[in-house]
Amino acid sequence: MASANQFKLEFKSRPENVGFARVVVAAFATQIDFTLSDVEDIKGAISEAVTNAVIHGYGNDPDGTITIHGAIYDGQLEVIVEDHGVGIENIPQALQPGFSTVPDRLGLGFSFMQSFMDTIEVRSQPGRGTRVIMTKRVPRRADHAEQGLS
Amino acid sequence: MEWETKTVDGVLVVRLKGELDLNTCDVLRTELERLLKLYNTPHLILNLSDVTFVDSSGLGVILGRYRQLTEEKKRLVVVALQPQVKRAFELSGLLRVIRTYASEDEAVAGVSKEVTA
Repeated sequence: MASANQFKLEFKSRPENVGFARVVVAAFATQIDFTLSDVEDIKGAISEAVTNAVIHGYGNDPDGTITIHGAIYDGQLEVIVEDHGVGIENIPQALQPGFSTVPDRLGLGFSFMQSFMDTIEVRSQPGRGTRVIMTKRVPRRADHAEQGLS
Repeated sequence: MEWETKTVDGVLVVRLKGELDLNTCDVLRTELERLLKLYNTPHLILNLSDVTFVDSSGLGVILGRYRQLTEEKKRLVVVALQPQVKRAFELSGLLRVIRTYASEDEAVAGVSKEVTA
């Protein structure tokens, strides 16, 4: 395996950092050959993961800490979004489209992450926090050509 | 997040600019509710041509206003979805629920036609 390029980003659980986080990860992702559409998907997935950490993990407490680890290896991007908030009691339920513990929210955060990335894994311990591990692979050249034509 | 407001043929048109996410959704919700009360027009057209990013937080605000207006027998339609915004609308199912138009003129004509129909 080729050595990985990587970064670690730590920031407060404030709403204004949702945009900051997605722009940082998107800039990192452009180091490999993602299409513009792929980069938009990555931004969307990061936005959902960080939003979940802010509103669910820390219950809108702006003083929590969110950590993002990013790595590029073997033609893929891996992103880990981690909080030390309340955690998720029932992960299968949280992953259900339309499920939300907060009124006036769509409950589509994890669905969006699943659609935007190739893989997503959620690890959580109630009272300890949540870790969302996502990967996205650069499409093959032939796929690029097809996307360019569409 | 910035917005411009005008009324065309008695329809409220709000043109949004920027990114719709957790950081901007509360301001947007409050502002749209204020404008709807202030203008009290039968319909709302959201022009999203200058919205470059939307996530589920932003979509939640739009769907919330759509439901509110539908309950009041009013309509909300959206105009000019950029590629990322259109993808989010598609994935969330909102594209099947909320009518979209390519331009403000078409949207005004569309909702006015329904009013008179």
